[in-house]
Amino acid sequence: MALPEEWEAAPEPGWVAPVLAEEFPGLGIASTVVACGSGRSPAALRERLRELSNRFHGSHAVMLRQRPIPWAYRVFFRHIGLDPDQTRTPVEQVALDRMHDGGFKSRGVLEDAITIATIESGVALTAFDADMLQGRLGLRLLEPGERFAGRRSAMPEGTIAIADESRSLAILFGKMAEGVEVGRRTKRTALVAIGLKGVPDIALEEALWLGASAMRA
Amino acid sequence: MAELLSGDELPEVMVVPEEAPLELPPDWQPPSVEHLETEFVENDDLGARRDLRIQIARMEGELGELFGSAFPRMGIEFGVAAPGGPRVLSVDELERVRDSLAARLQDVRGELHDRTQVEECYRERLEHLVAEPGAHRWVRISNEDIGEPGCRHWHSRPRWGPLGLLLNWWRVKVSSGCPLAMGRG
Repeated sequence: MALPEEWEAAPEPGWVAPVLAEEFPGLGIASTVVACGSGRSPAALRERLRELSNRFHGSHAVMLRQRPIPWAYRVFFRHIGLDPDQTRTPVEQVALDRMHDGGFKSRGVLEDAITIATIESGVALTAFDADMLQGRLGLRLLEPGERFAGRRSAMPEGTIAIADESRSLAILFGKMAEGVEVGRRTKRTALVAIGLKGVPDIALEEALWLGASAMRA
Repeated sequence: MAELLSGDELPEVMVVPEEAPLELPPDWQPPSVEHLETEFVENDDLGARRDLRIQIARMEGELGELFGSAFPRMGIEFGVAAPGGPRVLSVDELERVRDSLAARLQDVRGELHDRTQVEECYRERLEHLVAEPGAHRWVRISNEDIGEPGCRHWHSRPRWGPLGLLLNWWRVKVSSGCPLAMGRG
């Protein structure tokens, strides 16, 4: 049985700059657009978070880095100069928050959807205001002197960034430029998944589908 | 033996024969590259970086396994410094990450080895404690001592307080575990 079209989250593959593709085979980015913004989570989504809290315990958090997908992100963090014990991988950050808060706390539709998709799939997700993007999303190195909207100083040359076809949008696994984040006025959200070697394509699709379906619920 | 030279006949220092200067014919030209069976390659930094990344991935996996097996032991340092990013690291930087990971792995393995030895001693002592409480008076062993999670402990105590102390009636009292987070009510 085919699902209604609005329930299909067809992932759109993005581009990767050749220098990055050569250095990191398997690095990729995929996105899907959901026709809603953020806001307070409905009761059904909050209930889903509560159920997820009951299924995710300390033992899961401890063994997380031995699971293949979270391990792949830890390894990639090491490869790009980040310490995954300081700058946590997305799934480890969500797990740590779960342990700290005693449960997955509801923080809004988008944040809750990303939490559910991240914990269920292990894939790193982020989101942008889809109406602020121009063209397809991709990964590239920042040019010398390139600046982010909302930042006074230039970013270090060679920083890996998420970009669209006109400008850089965010540091990979880091801060976003001003004006592209999902806010109250956002009407369409672009959910973005970062793929790596060791993270199968189907996991990216699953993560995007989980996130999109949670946002639409 | 007449064929053998005696010691005093051998020269004390080996004399290097004088080499005649190399004389090349005036029409000599170095051979062209095409005729040499030599492959000229550029400095293969990309290959080196890939090799280092594979090593880092393997070590990160080993560190993750140790992290899992170390639980619930506290106070073991698993951190490995990073050069900062996100960016494409050079060979030198990747080597430093690899070396730091290798050093950390060695430290963690050593620490775990030491701790498991101590825990093994505690386990043996616990067996003796349970078998003969009277021979291990007032000894208290906790889950933490034997490397297990939880707050349970075994305590060798006299039965019926002072009476057991006088009559030498000893028993092992096992605690009921961690206190309730919210209290009894």
